[in-house]
Amino acid sequence: MKPAAFDYRRPGDLSEALEILAQGGGDARVIAGGQSLVPMMNMRVVSPAILVDINKMIGLCGIDVQDNILRIGPQVRHNDVLRDPRIAAHWPLLPEAIHHVAHPAIRNRGTPCGSVAHNDPSAEAPTILAAYEGSVLLASATGLREVAIEDFSQGLLMTDLSDGEMVIELRYRRPPPGTVSAFVEFAKRLGDFAMAGVAARLQITDGVCRGARITILGMGNGPFRARATEAILEGQKITPDAAPAALAAAADAARQEVAPEGDVLVSAGYRRHLAGVLTRRALETALARADRGTNAH
Amino acid sequence: MPTEVAIEVTVNGRMFARRVPARLSLADFLRDHLALTGTHLGCEHGVCGACTVSVDGVSARSCLMLAVQADGAEVITIEGLRDTKGDWHPVQTAFFENFGLQCGYCTPGFLITAIELLQENPTPTEAEVREGLSGNICRCSGYQQIVDAVLAAAQAGQAAAKEQTAGG
Repeated sequence: MKPAAFDYRRPGDLSEALEILAQGGGDARVIAGGQSLVPMMNMRVVSPAILVDINKMIGLCGIDVQDNILRIGPQVRHNDVLRDPRIAAHWPLLPEAIHHVAHPAIRNRGTPCGSVAHNDPSAEAPTILAAYEGSVLLASATGLREVAIEDFSQGLLMTDLSDGEMVIELRYRRPPPGTVSAFVEFAKRLGDFAMAGVAARLQITDGVCRGARITILGMGNGPFRARATEAILEGQKITPDAAPAALAAAADAARQEVAPEGDVLVSAGYRRHLAGVLTRRALETALARADRGTNAH
Repeated sequence: MPTEVAIEVTVNGRMFARRVPARLSLADFLRDHLALTGTHLGCEHGVCGACTVSVDGVSARSCLMLAVQADGAEVITIEGLRDTKGDWHPVQTAFFENFGLQCGYCTPGFLITAIELLQENPTPTEAEVREGLSGNICRCSGYQQIVDAVLAAAQAGQAAAKEQTAGG
């Protein structure tokens, strides 16, 4: 359980880091929190020849809110996000989901950017980025490019990140005024890897649902935007009388459109079942918040 | 930079300058290079919490952190919890009084986690204590007494704070 030897580099700024990454190519890996990378190195699932520690770099983005866009830089920890009042006010799915990310000591070091770059299908960070229709800003020696999260995520631990590139920002769009949202997750114990989870956000105008966004985690390929479920909800009456039927229809649609895989933890069938149950629960929670007038953002 | 790196780390108030292999974990640095064997290793992949130490005031898994990443940092381990008079930390006393340990292997990690929990939330509910400790595993499964100990430490902390206010 010890990592293989590597060259340790600690660049002072972005241009120095990108130069190292350009030279290292596929043999270089970026480390920030290391809460997924170090276990993989300890188990020798990965053995980078060069480890690029970005923690002492200056000039990187922190947590920044401008023009209805939230930007989170690569040195920002999960717990920094959890404690930011601007995020709690306008992107409440983030703190609600980060609460489920492992445990306090892991959240003190682990980073949302690292989690998105890692793209574990049960991870919360890529899912919430997708729920806010966000994007990933990548830097390399040849320049910058911004990739929508749905294109960035390319399957189990696979992303659009090329050799020589690093994630330098996550960008979250602020949802329209009047949006309500909820995140629910199911794991054996709090902080364990999730079996499934659902982020739901929607607007209710005169009792009618608009702009529903349903994002499901744990289905095998990174964040899953449940578009058929969203289509079922669009324009539906969500008055107290009509809501149970609408939510049941949404849960059915979610169950049908996911394509989960089974693993040692949980069967594919159970994951499918959870996708339906959690879709209903997330919507119920969001609607209850709408009724109480809380969580509107 | 080569695979060996010079670092300066303050551990329990004392500064250490050492040359270490880049791949050395903070846990192995503390145990093998500084002979601070109170930090225990269970799983070595961040799951069990036994190796939890405080780095710059917040808890961290020392098995998931490289020694080189602690360069310039202040680390507190179980050996650094006593006060200057040599008395136990109040949370240590609460663990002792409430039988919050059996074999003791997980205890150093639990203490660091519990102290951080009480710093952030001095009056936790039982549910909040259980949630706060959920990242630490006790294989003797003596969880009830550990939860009791943390709740007792919270009460003792509140009583001490009240006394101080009354006295001051």
